[in-house]
Amino acid sequence: MPAHETFYEVMRRHGVTRRSFLKFCSLTAAGLGLGPEFAGKIAHALETKPRTPVVWLHGLECTCCTESFIRSGNPLAGDVILSMISLDYDDTIMAAAGHQAEEILEQTIEKYDGQFILACEGNPPLNEDGMYCIQAGRPYVEKLRHMADHCKAIIAWGSCASWGCVQAARPNPTQAVPIHKVILDKPIVKVPGCPPIAEVMTGVITYMLAFDRLPPLDRQGRPAMFYGQRLHDKCYRRPHFDAGQFVEKFDDEGARKGYCLYKVGCKGPTTYNACSTVEWNGGLSWPVKSGHGCLGCAEDNFWDKGSFYSPVTNLGVTGNVESTANTIGGAIAGAAAIGVAAHAVASGIAKASGKKSKPTEEVSNG
Amino acid sequence: MATSRVATGNDGYTGNVYVFEVPVRVWHWIHALAITALAITGYLIANPLTSVSGEASDSFLMGNIRLIHFSAAMVFAVGLFVRFYWAIVGNRYAKGLLIVPVWRGQYWSRLWHEVLMYSFLTRKVAKYRGHNPLAQLAMWLFNVVLALFMVCTGFALYSQGTGAGSWADRWFGWVFVIEPSSQAVRMWHLLGMWLMVFFIIIHIYMVIRAEFMSRQNGTSVMIDGIRRFKDDGPRDPQ
Ligand code: HEM
Ligand code: HEM
Ligand code: SF4
Ligand code: SF4
Repeated sequence: MPAHETFYEVMRRHGVTRRSFLKFCSLTAAGLGLGPEFAGKIAHALETKPRTPVVWLHGLECTCCTESFIRSGNPLAGDVILSMISLDYDDTIMAAAGHQAEEILEQTIEKYDGQFILACEGNPPLNEDGMYCIQAGRPYVEKLRHMADHCKAIIAWGSCASWGCVQAARPNPTQAVPIHKVILDKPIVKVPGCPPIAEVMTGVITYMLAFDRLPPLDRQGRPAMFYGQRLHDKCYRRPHFDAGQFVEKFDDEGARKGYCLYKVGCKGPTTYNACSTVEWNGGLSWPVKSGHGCLGCAEDNFWDKGSFYSPVTNLGVTGNVESTANTIGGAIAGAAAIGVAAHAVASGIAKASGKKSKPTEEVSNG
Repeated sequence: MATSRVATGNDGYTGNVYVFEVPVRVWHWIHALAITALAITGYLIANPLTSVSGEASDSFLMGNIRLIHFSAAMVFAVGLFVRFYWAIVGNRYAKGLLIVPVWRGQYWSRLWHEVLMYSFLTRKVAKYRGHNPLAQLAMWLFNVVLALFMVCTGFALYSQGTGAGSWADRWFGWVFVIEPSSQAVRMWHLLGMWLMVFFIIIHIYMVIRAEFMSRQNGTSVMIDGIRRFKDDGPRDPQ
């Protein structure tokens, strides 16, 4: 094996035909929202650039990101990308195991110091010195820090790595934290979602490999081409939202007519993801299309932003999960109304009882 | 200065005094109307009305509610900044909203006096040409601090519709750096509405109460700008 093969050489070695390779390039360009001329650019880059290794680590997670990834709607994309990345380290799909597998990490550092991409699925727990996630006898957070020290850039797969997700939900006993809380000195691309959409994942990784740079990111560090708009902005039920036509209950007339799911808790208006455009399972469907509101799975802290079934959600200021802005605010405003009424009565009594010794007279004596 | 005021007692605190200039009064009523529209439409965004039937293309109920919210929001935000400008160029009573004289010991003793007075712990009532110290603090908290909070969170939410790179995003997108979850920003914005309602209930009560219980006029000072004192007694009761 030559020391610095190109991606194209690797793919050919894995049995990908040139025709498939070119198809893959145009699919990817289209998926990234780039013009047709970019298909050629991607092909050229993959043919000429030495392969960038990808090390795929797993912290506290459920592997749904990997599951999503390997089920890319376009099998070709999945195959091609898998052939590109499985070469290095991914403990779910690699052939090696045990010491052999861990050795690969050190070899990658030796050979490609500062050049490989670190793809992180899941996140590190920090409590008890990281003992809640042990790999090869060491806390995962140490492995993560060690690999991050030598990588070029990090991809934070899924809501776990991007935001924390379920293991970081209150009360977060293991103190799980997203990658950007631990690694402060490397560029991080957040690809949130629980899991992220397969096409989004393959698109992001291909972009980084082909162009050798980070995709354009939004303020939160997410690739702008997939996370630039809310589901609500591109939802096909949006006309019903604007008209004021809502599903009130999941079995009502509105539900049958496909009205907007806002009142039964759809978080589309506050969720940045590509579900309403790219959709799931190769464009088959997505939650709103199947009649259920979005849970906001790609958003920071979405587990603690319940209920999933109401537009007004818990504020998280008290321990009580039922305390929403409406209950707290309603209580504050209600207290003001009651207080004002009581004060008015008391003022009336005070005024009546003070009639004889007028306050103004008392005052002018003073 | 302070001693001479106590000695002569009622300097400038008798008869009629012109305090709130036209811009302050006009702003007050525009501001009150805008907040009322914002609170009602905002409530309806958080808790939408019962579904309308028929074709989606035949109605635009939620769209109109949001349109009114955003239009009132522009009035509210621009009004706020015009009012701040007037605090700089206007008379001393125009500055009260923005500048609470917390560095003056007298401010705190008068504030304490108002607390006692409203708690029925003293019967002595003081006179003020501008706002009383308690009202002034509340106006600053709710109509400067909270109002700016509503503008920042509101326009940040607005920027989600106008999109990345839009003016709203460039000016207010930083809100999502502090709180990345836009659902959380929405909920804080909603809580802000309830706090505004809290202020409005108490404010209107206090104004009406002042009509009957204080030594000066209430509502009319915000209509013709003239403070009318009901007696010639000294400003601070001893
Ligand atoms: C006193 C001032 C204001 C009050 C009382 C108020 C109240 C509210 C309330 C209660 C909501 C519903 C929250 C929810 O559950 O989603 C809301 C939503 C919203 N407000 Fe305000 N608001 C105020 C000022 C503003 C300003 C200055 C803006 C700036 C444009 C603004 C923009 C918005 C936006 C964009 C939404 C979300 C609407 C949607 O996505 O459909 N608000 N407001
Ligand atoms: C949404 C409702 C309202 C809001 C947000 C509001 C807000 C304010 C603010 C910010 C000020 C201070 C003005 C300044 O210094 O520039 C003020 C003063 C005043 N407002 Fe309102 N207002 C509301 C409704 C009303 C109503 C309904 C009345 C009459 C019944 C009223 C009567 C007054 C009066 C008389 C003052 C002067 C108080 C004083 O002398 O200390 N306001 N209000
Ligand atoms: S179903 Fe959800 S995403 Fe679609 S318009 Fe309604 S609230 Fe928005
Ligand atoms: S619709 Fe919402 S909850 Fe479902 S996958 Fe998309 S972002 Fe996540």
